[in-house]
Amino acid sequence: MSTIVVSRLRPGEGGALRLFASQEALLAFAIVGIAILVGLYNPRFLATRNLGDIVLGNAYIAVAAIGMSMVIVSGNIDISVGSLIGVLATISGSLAVAGVPIILVWLTPLMVGILVMMLQGAVIAYLRIPAIVVTLGMLSILKGGLISVTGGRWITDLPQSFHLADIELFGILPMPVLIMVAATILAALWMRYSASGRAIFATGGNAEAARLCGVSPRRTVVMVFALHGLFAGIAALLFATQLKVIQSTVPPNLELTVITAAVVGGVSILGGVGTVVGSTLAAVLIAEIASALVFINVSPYWIHAVQGGLILVTVVADILRRQRRQVGE
Amino acid sequence: MAVLAPEVRSAAPRWLIRHETLLVAILLVALVILGLFNERFLTVDNLLNQGRLMTEVGLLALPMTFIIITGGIDLSVGSIVGLCAIMLGYSWKNLGFPLPLAIAFAIGVGGVAGFVNGLLITRVRVPPLIMTIATLALYRGLAEGISQARSVRNYPEWFFYTGQGEWLGVPVQLWILLVGIIVAGIALDRTTFGRTLYAIGNNETAARFSGLPVDRVKLVVYTLSGLAAGLSAWVLVSRVTTTRSDMGSGYELDVIAAVVLGGTSIFGGVGTIWGTVVGLVMIQLLKNGLALTGVKGDATIIVIGAVLIASTLIASSLHGRREVAG
Repeated sequence: MSTIVVSRLRPGEGGALRLFASQEALLAFAIVGIAILVGLYNPRFLATRNLGDIVLGNAYIAVAAIGMSMVIVSGNIDISVGSLIGVLATISGSLAVAGVPIILVWLTPLMVGILVMMLQGAVIAYLRIPAIVVTLGMLSILKGGLISVTGGRWITDLPQSFHLADIELFGILPMPVLIMVAATILAALWMRYSASGRAIFATGGNAEAARLCGVSPRRTVVMVFALHGLFAGIAALLFATQLKVIQSTVPPNLELTVITAAVVGGVSILGGVGTVVGSTLAAVLIAEIASALVFINVSPYWIHAVQGGLILVTVVADILRRQRRQVGE
Repeated sequence: MAVLAPEVRSAAPRWLIRHETLLVAILLVALVILGLFNERFLTVDNLLNQGRLMTEVGLLALPMTFIIITGGIDLSVGSIVGLCAIMLGYSWKNLGFPLPLAIAFAIGVGGVAGFVNGLLITRVRVPPLIMTIATLALYRGLAEGISQARSVRNYPEWFFYTGQGEWLGVPVQLWILLVGIIVAGIALDRTTFGRTLYAIGNNETAARFSGLPVDRVKLVVYTLSGLAAGLSAWVLVSRVTTTRSDMGSGYELDVIAAVVLGGTSIFGGVGTIWGTVVGLVMIQLLKNGLALTGVKGDATIIVIGAVLIASTLIASSLHGRREVAG
């Protein structure tokens, strides 16, 4: 088992064929393929504005999926991230309306995100409570807390400076897309080439072996959750600043969309394998499918069924592929 | 293994007795305190009504106890409730099924949904957690897609008997839950099936090598979970008189919290139906007590979430030995 994991992770290994068959390539083909097919059926789908909106409106999901990928690679799961993003978006919106300096408005959600996730990571790693129990509990604490504090009020009259999403670099590249691309590249490089990044794979692949190699699986899990909190904070900012109002409730089923992006992006639910480039592509793919449904006259109410189906297909394919490889060796 | 088995058997009941006595003691104290705070609380009417409200989650908690004892989990139960509720309304209104057939059909759909979970968990070896997260999305998505978020109303009067009627002065659905509790309790405690669940949870590989039908038993418990969700959906639709695709969402929290609070170990191998029943009653009384003291519905999930984490923490620190083994 561990040998398979190691051989899949060695940087620079494998030729063109391998690249061709990789999850990222598959996702890229799917994104282009769907664009062409749906475009043939309904050319309006290919309008620059629509394609731009797909990426722009869902960059926050891709950013949150980066952290989720790390969590899953480390052999854990987090279902509280949707609620956390709702809470952090509300916090930053409230601060902005209260007239707090913009830098604090942007930094506070990041800090709170890191703290909440680190706390969860510590409970999981040091008190040995399964991640699903901790994050399910936290999900309801955050969700219930948010609704009972705000009563689901909408936050309006946000100051102009708050809208991160309106900032465009060189007049063409919107900030959310830039952040999504930069975060993906940095996280991918860090996970692949740094010692602490490699420790995540080692912990998820085989925690005992990792410990014997001098990696602390517990500290790694806390670190992973802290980073996940940071990405959740960034995602919350992108989410909060893309509209003119913030509805201070938890976005429904957001955690499922984030988990779908991470899993469909090629992160193995058995831990130890995965890339954040894949999860970002998967986030774009899911958003593209959601938009495409409308253009081919299928009701958008089917989107959650499509997401669930995508997770199932990817997971089953991943497990069958591993089983075949194990038999082969 | 021969050395391990008697040790486990002698250690588990002693710990269980302590855990359950403790729970019942806490329950009694809570009852008295809530009764003192509010005179409407300790009335027969209120308690029976709480029993009525508890049934939908209670029916799900019974098979969930089985599943968690085997070391698995089912996060999709709430979505199956939603799917079954929609299938009940849809098959009656849109497909023209007679209502009794629609009820049977909805429960059947629940069984199939649970069977699919069990099939992929046992045949493809998808971890239960990720399998049921996927179907949490999938089944809810099917409910939304099939219903197009339209609700179904105008059921005939007799249909409301299950959810609102009384038999011998006790809510009808409470009788269903009672039968379920007795059957599940006996099945877990007194049958080979029940003992197999503990064997799987304690050491699945050993259970397999002992010739126990591990996969078949797991398939059965996940299917039971789906069937219970179908039953729960029927009771729920009958109680609230309408069908919506978001029905049952968030139920997994209440169900898992009740089971874990009742002393079933999230690591598998330990747990009883009686514990789950006490856990259920505590969760329901907690909700009711908070509501009576003026806490709004949304805020109660904060408490339930905290109870879930805290009871797991306490159980695992009382029972540290299991962690090392796991």
